[in-house]
Amino acid sequence: MRYRGLTATLALFWTLALSLSARAPAVDATASQAAPTKSAKGAAPPAAAAPTVDDCLTCHDDDSLKRTNGTPLTVHKTVFTGSVHGPLACVDCHADLAHAELPHAEKLAKVNCATCHADEVAQYQQSAHAAARAGGSDVAATCVSCHGMHDIKSKTDPESRTYHLNIAATCASCHGNQAVIARGHIAIGDVATPFGDSIHGRALSRSGLLVAPTCSDCHGPHDIRRKSDPASRVALENVPATCGKCHEGIAHQFAGSGHATVLAKGKGGAPACQTCHTAHAIIAADDPAWQLGVVSQCGSCHADKMKTYRDTFHGQVTKLGFRTVAACADCHGNHRILPAGDPASPVARANLIHTCGKCHANANANFVKYDPHADKHNPKRNAALYVASKSMQILLICTFGFFGLHSVLWLGRGMKENRGAPARHARAEEELRGAEPRGRSEVGNVQGLPTERSDKDV
Amino acid sequence: MSEVVQLRETTRHVLRFDRTDRVLHGFLMLSFLGLASTGMPLLFSEAPWAGRLARALGGFAVTHRLHRIFAAIMIAVFVTHVSRLIVRVAVRNDYSIFWGPSSMVPQPKDLTDMYGHFLWFLGLVKRPSFDRFTYWEKFDYWAVFWGMAIIGGSGLMLWFPEVFARLLPGWIFNIALLVHGEEALLAVGFIFTIHFFNSHLRPEKFPMDMVIFTGRVSERELRDERPAEYGRLSSTAGRLHDAGAPSPRVWLAGRIVGSAAVGVGLAIVTLIVYALVF
Repeated sequence: MRYRGLTATLALFWTLALSLSARAPAVDATASQAAPTKSAKGAAPPAAAAPTVDDCLTCHDDDSLKRTNGTPLTVHKTVFTGSVHGPLACVDCHADLAHAELPHAEKLAKVNCATCHADEVAQYQQSAHAAARAGGSDVAATCVSCHGMHDIKSKTDPESRTYHLNIAATCASCHGNQAVIARGHIAIGDVATPFGDSIHGRALSRSGLLVAPTCSDCHGPHDIRRKSDPASRVALENVPATCGKCHEGIAHQFAGSGHATVLAKGKGGAPACQTCHTAHAIIAADDPAWQLGVVSQCGSCHADKMKTYRDTFHGQVTKLGFRTVAACADCHGNHRILPAGDPASPVARANLIHTCGKCHANANANFVKYDPHADKHNPKRNAALYVASKSMQILLICTFGFFGLHSVLWLGRGMKENRGAPARHARAEEELRGAEPRGRSEVGNVQGLPTERSDKDV
Repeated sequence: MSEVVQLRETTRHVLRFDRTDRVLHGFLMLSFLGLASTGMPLLFSEAPWAGRLARALGGFAVTHRLHRIFAAIMIAVFVTHVSRLIVRVAVRNDYSIFWGPSSMVPQPKDLTDMYGHFLWFLGLVKRPSFDRFTYWEKFDYWAVFWGMAIIGGSGLMLWFPEVFARLLPGWIFNIALLVHGEEALLAVGFIFTIHFFNSHLRPEKFPMDMVIFTGRVSERELRDERPAEYGRLSSTAGRLHDAGAPSPRVWLAGRIVGSAAVGVGLAIVTLIVYALVF
């Protein structure tokens, strides 16, 4: 009872203190303890009063202020006071300077954002960025890479790097930058360019849609994990849920599909959304080029079905790059794909007349006996087709074999025969001319011979 | 052209193909080249050239329509040819199409001619005494005849599947597509290599036998190449009917059309070989 009273008193005290000092909140106790240990090198005498923002800006609001190595040390007053941290004092972050004498030493302790933003930093520590930093990368993003330093603005501020419509550009400063990609060994390469051209990217950049997803909507803001990490929002089995945050209706359809059943087992072997739609380049699904591309995506697992599909008229026309005829999804459906044995599948026997009838208006029970995946090499599945195929093969081989030989032999003999042919022909013609002159015969049609009763040359 | 002028002054000419046959062959060439160019991209859809050729011809919507227009032309050629045969038999009571030197029906002489021709290739005997239609010409004829029936029939099935499915089971279209494609490959391969060689590119005829355009063969050529026919014609008074020399205009037009056809044909063969090899 006594402790509860004490806690309440303290809480009241802090609430009062915080509201009174709203313009310059007091620094958290942990920070003021941690900071001095880090900046022991500065050897600041403890008694000095903490410098105010104006104290700092006396030197730092000057464009000519530089480190000994030439890098700028300027902090413009307007920039800092306009930032979300504007109400804070410099030493709230640069805690090691709280008791420093000015001018202070050049090297300062690293600012610890966790002093205030403990949860976000804890999430960051789980991220691929933190892992890369820990692995020695000097380009992997830290807090300031995305948020900036003295100019940090709230994510609700349209000028903020982390404002919804600006996030893609913020991420692109590394993930669309070949130098950083090379230096950071980022295996996926430039994702900013394909994302920028994607339906999501264009919804953001062209239409300015706040509901369009940006990088952080799929990858998370701070705990950006690799797709190989099962806890990642973009791990294969988590993708349907991630996309389903917006595309809920589709996610619901997909959840009932054969692919989702396999995916749920968590061993891969089934596509998630990005397998067909791609992760970053996501193209509008009504683009015929994309629809044709998905065919090869289906074929990357269903290789045998792909092969037999390509033997059909449907498969040939789509291979040529024309969308006029049936591709996989036209018969099998798209998100809720089910095996033919499932009565709900559009390719279940009972549904074929309707499914084929979408294109072939008068399809009947006979018509749907067509095999859209007929295999000419499989006598069990397609006996008649197999026989036809073998017969045609034999016919082709025999014809070309026989006449190939015939032509080759003739070529050799004909070339020999041709030697001296012009002279021989001239002699023959001389001989024919020398024969008893014969005028044009007036005799008419003789059976079996062509006649040209009116053959004036065409 | 000088060749023609010279021939006109010197030699008599025998009419081998009448004007209707020449015109029919012209339409046959046109439709065959058209069907091959619009059809082969489908048969070899996985070859890198296929999509490009299909797009160059105007895309699927265009090639699809062209293929059917050319098919209609070829069917018309086929029907006209068969009608003429029927007229010959039924109206003129000319039964020579069934047997004898003017018939396309294979006969014992064709077998012995073929055997003799092979021996001549090897330099063992004199060349056989060919008549009006040689064994390889008969093969060409029946290959095209059979091809038109098979490819045309299967093509019509694929053109109107819903109609044919009223009577036939759907798997027939699987066979129709296979046969249509393979038979077309046979036809295209045969015409553009074997027929071109036998009729135009072989050394005795190189670069082109103009008879299918002019209809006329010189007396000298007939005597050298078809001694049996020449003999028959010469021995019957008045049968060696001088049809007059080929018209230079027709000759030139034939040269241009024929060369273009051979060029297109060989280009298609090259693409096919490329697709088969790579």
